[in-house]
Amino acid sequence: MAENPRSFQDIILRLQSYWASKGCAVLQPYDMEVGAGTFHPATTLRSLGNKSWAAAYVQPSRRPTDGRYGENPNRLQHYYQYQVLIKPSPPDLQDLYLGSLSAIGIDAGLHDIRFVEDDWESPTLGAWGLGWEVWCDGMEVSQFTYFQQVGGHDCKPVSGELTYGLERLAMYVLGIDHVMEMPFNDPQSPIPLKYGDIFRQTEEEYSRHNFDGATTEMLLRHFEDAEAECGRLLDMPADDPKTGKRIILAHPAYDQCIKASHLFNLLDARGVISVTERQAYIGRVRTLAKKCADAFVMTEAGASV
Amino acid sequence: MPDLLIELFSEEIPARMQARASDDLKSLVIIGLVEAGLTYSGAAAFATPRRLALSVEGLSAASKAVREERKGPATTAPDQAIEGFLRSTGLTRDQLEARDLGKGQAYFAVIEKPGRAAAEIIAEVLEHTIRNFPWPKSMRWGAGSLRWVRPLHSIICLLTDEAGATIVPLEIDGITAGNTTRGHRFLSKGDIRVSGFEDYEAKLKKAHVILRTEERADAIWHDATNQAFANGLEVVEDKGLLAEVSGLVEWPVVLSGKIGEAFLGLPAEVLQTSMKEHQKFFSVRNPRSGRIEGFVTVANTETADHGATILKGNQKVLSARLSDARFFYENDLRVAKAGMGEWLDGLANVTFHNKLGSQRDRIARIAALAREIAPMVGADPAKAEEAAIIAKADLRSAMVGEFPELQGVMGRYYALAAGRAPEVADAARDHYSPLGPSDDVPTAPISVTVALADKLDTLTGFWAIDEKPTGSKDPFALRRAALGVIRLVLANDLRLHLDRLIDTQILRHKTAGNGDRKSAALLDAVLDEIADHGVFGAAVRAIIDQIEGDAPDWVQMVTHHTPDLSDSLVEFFHDRLKVFLRDEGIRHDVIDACLAMPGSDDLTLLVKRARALSGFMGSEDGENLIQGYKRASNILTQAEAKDGVEYSYGADVKFAEGDEEKALFAALDRAEAAIAPAMKAEDFGAAMAAMAALRAPIDAFFTAVQVNSDNQVVRRNRLNLLSRIRSICLSVADLNRIEG
Repeated sequence: MAENPRSFQDIILRLQSYWASKGCAVLQPYDMEVGAGTFHPATTLRSLGNKSWAAAYVQPSRRPTDGRYGENPNRLQHYYQYQVLIKPSPPDLQDLYLGSLSAIGIDAGLHDIRFVEDDWESPTLGAWGLGWEVWCDGMEVSQFTYFQQVGGHDCKPVSGELTYGLERLAMYVLGIDHVMEMPFNDPQSPIPLKYGDIFRQTEEEYSRHNFDGATTEMLLRHFEDAEAECGRLLDMPADDPKTGKRIILAHPAYDQCIKASHLFNLLDARGVISVTERQAYIGRVRTLAKKCADAFVMTEAGASV
Repeated sequence: MPDLLIELFSEEIPARMQARASDDLKSLVIIGLVEAGLTYSGAAAFATPRRLALSVEGLSAASKAVREERKGPATTAPDQAIEGFLRSTGLTRDQLEARDLGKGQAYFAVIEKPGRAAAEIIAEVLEHTIRNFPWPKSMRWGAGSLRWVRPLHSIICLLTDEAGATIVPLEIDGITAGNTTRGHRFLSKGDIRVSGFEDYEAKLKKAHVILRTEERADAIWHDATNQAFANGLEVVEDKGLLAEVSGLVEWPVVLSGKIGEAFLGLPAEVLQTSMKEHQKFFSVRNPRSGRIEGFVTVANTETADHGATILKGNQKVLSARLSDARFFYENDLRVAKAGMGEWLDGLANVTFHNKLGSQRDRIARIAALAREIAPMVGADPAKAEEAAIIAKADLRSAMVGEFPELQGVMGRYYALAAGRAPEVADAARDHYSPLGPSDDVPTAPISVTVALADKLDTLTGFWAIDEKPTGSKDPFALRRAALGVIRLVLANDLRLHLDRLIDTQILRHKTAGNGDRKSAALLDAVLDEIADHGVFGAAVRAIIDQIEGDAPDWVQMVTHHTPDLSDSLVEFFHDRLKVFLRDEGIRHDVIDACLAMPGSDDLTLLVKRARALSGFMGSEDGENLIQGYKRASNILTQAEAKDGVEYSYGADVKFAEGDEEKALFAALDRAEAAIAPAMKAEDFGAAMAAMAALRAPIDAFFTAVQVNSDNQVVRRNRLNLLSRIRSICLSVADLNRIEG
C-alpha cells in the first residue's frame, strides 16, 4: 500500500480516486447551504425512482448550532462530509467501504473496525433507513445506511449511502488532537496551510453571526418566502407553453426546500424557536421535501419504469 | 435419524436483537417441522453478529403417511351443506363414501396424506420462516424485495446422516442454500465448507468465530477480570453490557486501559455512564479507594501489535468524551455553588405537559404536597419542601442533558455542592425510586415524602385532565407511579389517608393559577386542611367563611368538589394493589373482601387485613368457617326475604334447646369478646384466630339443629342467632365476596 496520507486534502483526494475507481461519478458539492451531504439532490432526489445511480462527492455542510468560535477541538459550524450513494445497493457494499478505509491508511490488520447498529432518520426529509455507525477503535468514522424511504416514498430499489465525517476521520488518521492544527495541504509544501489557517477566522465570524448577528425577522421572512416559492413552483402546470415541453420544476422547488431547512437551522441557533415550535418548523420543511419528492418521481430522472 | 444444520449469514445484526432472533429461529423452524409431521430429539440455536444458526438432532427422515376419516352431512342434507364439506376436505362428491348410521346415511371423507421426505418439509418451513421472521425492524436491500434485519448473504441448509451430508434444495430471492459460510471478517479468508454441526462449529472456531454467545461472554469476563486482577483492580459487573458486547464481536479480544489522571475527579457514575453509553467500555475499580480508575474494551480482532493501536485509539476517544463530561461537570458545579437558581428559573421554560404547566409549576405543586405529607411520614415539613423544590433542578444541568439516566444522581452531587443538607440532597437522588420492580424503596423520611408527593402529583394531574391509562396504553407510566406509591407506603409501614391526599392534589391541579395572592394563601390553608382531615372537614368551611366580599372561583371548586375523580384514582390504586398482592399469592376475592371494609384507602391497613385473611383462608378452619358462614347467611337471607323482616337482634340463650345450640351461644360470646379488642388493635391475626374458633361450634350446630323449627319463638331465636354469626364474621372482612 502507498504511504499514509499526510494531509486533510490527501485524504479527500484518496477517497475521490478510490470511489472513482469503483465506478462512481465524482460530483462537485452542491452550491447551496446544506446541513449534511444527504441534502444534495444527488442523494435526496436520486435515491427515488428505479434508475441506477452511483455518485460520490464532498459536501460542505453547515450546522449553525455547532459553532464554537473555532475553540472546540472537534466541533465546527462548517465542516465537510464525504458522501457516496449507490443505487441499487451492491451486495459487496461493506467490502467496498472497507476498501475505502484502507485507501486512506486505515489498515484492518491493525485497527478494530465494527458495524454498530444505528438507524438513520431525517425528520426534515421524511426519510429513514437501517444500517450502522462504523467504529474504528471505538470512534465513529462513518454512517452506513440502506435507505428505505425518502420524502415519504419507498425506495425501490434501495440505495446504499455512506457518509464520512471528514475532519474527524482525518484527525484520527493523521493523529491530530485539535482540528485547527490539522495540515490541510502537505506540511512539506512551500506554503503549508493548516485547517485553522483557513477556517479559524471564519468559524469565529460565523459563530458570532449564527448566535447573535443574523437578523431573525429577515430569516423568518425568508423562511416564509422559500416555503411559498417552493409550493408555487410545484403548482405550475407541467406543460411549458414556451417550449411546448413537459417541464416539472422539481429541482428549483427543492432548492427552496433546502433554503427553508438552512433558515430554520439559523433560527434555531439564534434561539428564537421554542420547543413546541421546533416540531412545527420541522414538519413544514418535511412537507416541502415530500412535495418535491412527489414532483421528482413524475420526472424522467425520478420515474419508476 | 438425520441431523439438520441451518445458518443464515448476513451483514451485522444489532446486538440487542440476537438472542431473541436465535430463539425465534429455533421455535419457528421446530414448530413448522413438527406440524408437518416430523419428530426430533433435540435442537439448539446460536447467534453471532453476522449469523443465526440452528442445529436439530435426530430428525425423522420423512413424515408418516396419515389416514384421516371425517364424518360429513347426511346424504339427504341440502347441496349447500355437502358442497361446504367438499370444500373443507378438498374432495369431489364421487370420492365421498356413504355409510349407514342406523337412522340414515351420512357421507364420510377418507383423506390419505402420503408421508413426505424431511428435505421437502424443511425447505418449505425454512422459506416460510425467513419470509415471516419477526424482526423488530427489517429492511430491503439492492433491487430485491426480501426483508431481513440487514442484507442476507447466504444460507446453509444441510441434512446429515450415516450416508453423508446433503444440501436441502432451497432458493429464496436468488439466494441458493448451500454448505458454505465465511469466518471472521478480517481474520479469515474465503469460503468454509462444512459437513454438519460439529464440523461447522469447529471450523468456525478455526476461522476465528466463537459460535456460542455464552462462550464469548465467558471469555470476555474471564479475561477482563484476570487483567484487572493482575493490576490489583476489579471490573464493575454489568450483565447488560456484557450481553451487548458479546453480540458485537465474533472473536473477543479484551484490552485494558487506564483513565487519564485529569478525569479521576469526576463522579464514579459519570465515568461509568460515559464509558458505557458512548463506548461500551466496562469500568474498572480500585478496591482500595473505591474509585473508577480504568476501563476494559473488547475488540473484535487480533492484531500484529497485540492491540496497541486499538487501545491507543480507544484511549483517545475516551479522553475526548471525558473532556466533554468534565466541561459539563465543572460548569454545572459553578451553577450549583451559586445556589442552582439558574436551573430553577430555567425549569419555567420546560413544559411538563401542555395541560399541566411547566416543570416549575409542577415542582411548586409537589413541594406544597410534600409539606403536607411530611408530618405523616415523620419528616420535617420545611426540609421536605426544600428537598422537593431542588429535587429536579438537575434536569437543567448540562450533564443530565447529555446523560438523562444520571438524573437524580447528579442532583445529589449538585445539591451537596450547593451546601444543602445531606438528607435533602439524598432526596434529589432517591425521589424517583422505586422505578422498576427490583428497585430499592427509599426509607429516609424526606426521600419518602418527596417520592410520594412526586408520584401523587403525577397521578392526580393526569386524572384531573382525564388522561388515564387505557388498556395497554399508559404513555405517562401511571401504573408504575401507582405501584411506586404502594411500595413506598407498604415498605415504610405508613398510615396515610390516601383519598385525602388525592382530593387535595386534584383540587390543587384544578385551582392552579386561580385567584389573587391573598386568596391563594387561603386556598393553601384549605388544601392543607383537606390533606389532614378530608374534603368534608368543618375547618375547611371555617376558613372559607373568612373570605370577605366576592368569593374567588376556587371556592366554588372546593365546595362543589365531587369525589368521582378521587374515587376513580383510589380504585386504580386498588387494582394495582391486587396485581402487586397476586405475586404474593393473595387472591383477588380476598382483597375484595377487605376492600369492602372501612379505611380501604389506608393501604397498610388494607394489606395487613388481606394478609391475615389470606392466611386464615389457607387454613382448614378458615375454609370450613366460610362454608358455615355462607350457610348461615343463606338461611338468614331466605328467611328474611320470606318473612319480610330483618333478624338482627335479640337472640337469647334461654330459648336454646340442645347442647350444640347453647355451645354456639357461648362460642359467639367468646369470639365477640376476643374480636372487638383485636380489631381495635388492628391485630387481624388474633381476630381471625378467634373467628376460626367458631368453626367447630357452627358445624356442630348445623349438624344437630334444624333452624326452621315449627315453634316460631325458637325459629326466630335461631335466626337471630345466625345473624350474630353474620355480624361477627362481617366485622372482620366482607366474607360474602369470597368466591367458592
